[in-house]
Amino acid sequence: MSTVPVRRTLAYVAEHALLIALGLIFLVPVAFVVLTSFMGGHQTLTGALWPHPWQWSNYSTAFHTAPLLRWFGNSLLYAGASTLFMLISSVPMAYVLAKVRIRFAGAIFFAVIIAMLLPPQVTQVPIYVMWAQFRVVGTMWPLILPHLFGNAFSIFLLRQFFLSIPTEYIDAARMDGNGEWGILTRVMVPMAKPGIAAASIFMFFQCWNDYYGPLLYTSENPDLWTVSYGLASFHGSHSTDWGVIMAVTTLATLPVVLVFFLAQRTFVEGITLTGVKG
Amino acid sequence: MMALATIGLLVFFLYPLCANVYLSFTNYDLASSPKWIGLRNYTYLFTQDPRVWHAARNTLWFVVILVPVRMVCSLGIALLLTRRKRASGFWRTLFYVPALVPPVASVVGFVFLFNPGTGPVNTLLKTFGIKGPLWFNDPSLSKPSLLLLGVWMMGDVMVIFLAALLDVPKDQYEAAELDGAGGRQKLWYITLPNISPVLLFSAVTGVIAALQYFTEAAVASSVANGKTGIDAGADQLLGYPNDSLLTYTQWMYVQGFSSFQLGYAAAMAVVLFVVAAAVMAVLLRKAGLFRRKGV
Repeated sequence: MSTVPVRRTLAYVAEHALLIALGLIFLVPVAFVVLTSFMGGHQTLTGALWPHPWQWSNYSTAFHTAPLLRWFGNSLLYAGASTLFMLISSVPMAYVLAKVRIRFAGAIFFAVIIAMLLPPQVTQVPIYVMWAQFRVVGTMWPLILPHLFGNAFSIFLLRQFFLSIPTEYIDAARMDGNGEWGILTRVMVPMAKPGIAAASIFMFFQCWNDYYGPLLYTSENPDLWTVSYGLASFHGSHSTDWGVIMAVTTLATLPVVLVFFLAQRTFVEGITLTGVKG
Repeated sequence: MMALATIGLLVFFLYPLCANVYLSFTNYDLASSPKWIGLRNYTYLFTQDPRVWHAARNTLWFVVILVPVRMVCSLGIALLLTRRKRASGFWRTLFYVPALVPPVASVVGFVFLFNPGTGPVNTLLKTFGIKGPLWFNDPSLSKPSLLLLGVWMMGDVMVIFLAALLDVPKDQYEAAELDGAGGRQKLWYITLPNISPVLLFSAVTGVIAALQYFTEAAVASSVANGKTGIDAGADQLLGYPNDSLLTYTQWMYVQGFSSFQLGYAAAMAVVLFVVAAAVMAVLLRKAGLFRRKGV
């Protein structure tokens, strides 16, 4: 009689308890990293969980001991230029693959899929040799220039987005005398803004978070270190002061999380698109 | 404009794919031109290089353990979230955000948190009377420690699963309930079949990502070892403790770009290509990514 509501309530409570417990487990690492970033160097070695006293100076020390602004600038250049280049090359390609009848479309899309899925290390040696022969190893060019020639993941993502735009709009624009370029800039791009935003954000963060590329091409030149590479190299010279290291770690994470909260909807839409819509 | 991307595919993908096969049959150090040596790189790889097998086994561990564990955890949390109508945005955000944190930052954070002597995790364990293990400094626990990190960062997979779960037609559940199906039966006979394309896609992409597992393992090694990032003498530095975190791509990095045995690194890349291509064949055949809708 009353057993069903009771069981429902119990299930409800149990589910919530589980969710809250899991949520706490997911939050704890962040909380400890941030808390540690306010501890003095000696306190971090005592296994303390709460800062006492709060050492705010870790953050200014971080800016003094690591060229943080330079790292941020380099990451911004790498991620920003790559995103811009990606848009120039990948948006038209994605449009063509989604909506224009051309020869070899199947073969080109097949190559895009393979390029997206294959580990980059598979083509790494000849590409490195190529950059070495152009004498640009040790500069930003090997990191950003390839994106001017398309990015497979972005082409895939944008194509999936363009597919969902009804072809009637294209036909109408064509009747009005637009060429493919006019259709792309006047019809497709405005309608696909969320998809283009998602692809841009993914590209930006992929570069911002990248470690392998900077390791390969700019690690010899500290002037060109990015946030990710700089952070990985920072701890060795400051291995005792975990407070400062955690301050740098927090600062490296902050922009990413801020941008996420500003563009949350676009993010989720984009990531959903990559996995669901075949 | 489209020509740019086509050129890109040729210059940055198809050409290096072929050139790599040629280089794998040569001895090449970048300074002098490649010298043809036939199959010697491959025979060395398969019969003499002791660390390449060690590295391959470590990579296999991440493929076989990390990928399924991440998928099960993502699916579990996504299932929990589908039942929360009101606050789902909050919870989704909470579980997703760790996936955004720069991998280097999360590794540095985790190595500190799991520091055997002074880290908060072992401090917490001590308050419960448990003597904490050595985590990243113990060869038998270093990979499981990275597994914990991998689960913490599973949000991207979770969001994809969540979207797929929300797309499962409600009437199928209602019909099953009328037939007296319980929760487990509904999961097995309705939920999983409905989301199977997404499961397959994330399994294959997960395996391919695990095959190239590099950043987390390399940074965890060097931070736990108290050294600065990978630099000269990388082959000594990587894989700490005891080569337990030396993955296939790290060994390839050392061979190619630290020791400049580019021919040998190319041979390693060919082997990686064969394995990844076999995994991809499954996806491309089953997922039907080639349907062109709306043309």
